[in-house]
Amino acid sequence: MKALAGFAAGLLFGLGLIISGMSDPAKVLNFLDIFGEWDPSLAFVMGGATVTTYIGYRLAWRSAKPALMPDFDIPTRQDIDRPLLTGAALFGIGWGIGGFCPGPAWTALAMGAPGTLVFIATMLAGIALGRRL
Amino acid sequence: MLPVTPTDFTPLASLAGGVLIGVSAVLVMALFGRVAGIVGITAGAVTQDDRKWRIAFILGLIAAPVLWMLATGGFPAQTVSDNLPGMAIAGLLVGIGTALGSGCTSGHGVCGLARLSTRSLVAVLTFMVFAALTVFILRHGFGAGL
Repeated sequence: MKALAGFAAGLLFGLGLIISGMSDPAKVLNFLDIFGEWDPSLAFVMGGATVTTYIGYRLAWRSAKPALMPDFDIPTRQDIDRPLLTGAALFGIGWGIGGFCPGPAWTALAMGAPGTLVFIATMLAGIALGRRL
Repeated sequence: MLPVTPTDFTPLASLAGGVLIGVSAVLVMALFGRVAGIVGITAGAVTQDDRKWRIAFILGLIAAPVLWMLATGGFPAQTVSDNLPGMAIAGLLVGIGTALGSGCTSGHGVCGLARLSTRSLVAVLTFMVFAALTVFILRHGFGAGL
């Protein structure tokens, strides 16, 4: 049941990335290219996703616990520390070079572009490395 | 790095896709009680005891374009750079950065902002500024010839 629900949620997320255009690195890079070929579409992706999540979270939190797990496990940290800023900056640079963040990279895997395969391999290595820093 | 490919402004499709992403994030919270950060789910698929739903979620992400192709007859439009060393560096930076900064566009962006987390807001502003600066340098600055 958990696996089936997880798969359905991942599929929905992936279809959202595709329909929104965020699965296409060209569209992402054009969104980031404010002084050039600017395509503001991705602001609508972030807006639609965040507002939906804001409302839905508050409905979900009315339950004492999630449907398939014993408890909610939500990040509690509020401090702004150096790893947060350094990590976000490095992520931003990588995002600006390749046009992929992690979700769209996974969604692109089955299309098998050589750039995607290389990106996912080094991203996984980077995650393993970053967790040790 | 990547030749500039013009793309159409698609506010309605992008909004609709965004809402789907939001529904998925809400499902992950309602069912599993967790934030739907892709990097967190990816790392947790290896490190957490409860890994089945995380592996299944990633498989769902991977299956999405296949379902899209079965429904529409073609893969979604996509332009990926053929500069493999560049993509290797990009992937490494994205991996290290999101692991170190505890989140990506979904974890800090969608879920963190929806939780009204200051930490996530700072992360989002930071990666947006650095991403836009990177694109500016690569397309219009001294990196334009790379």
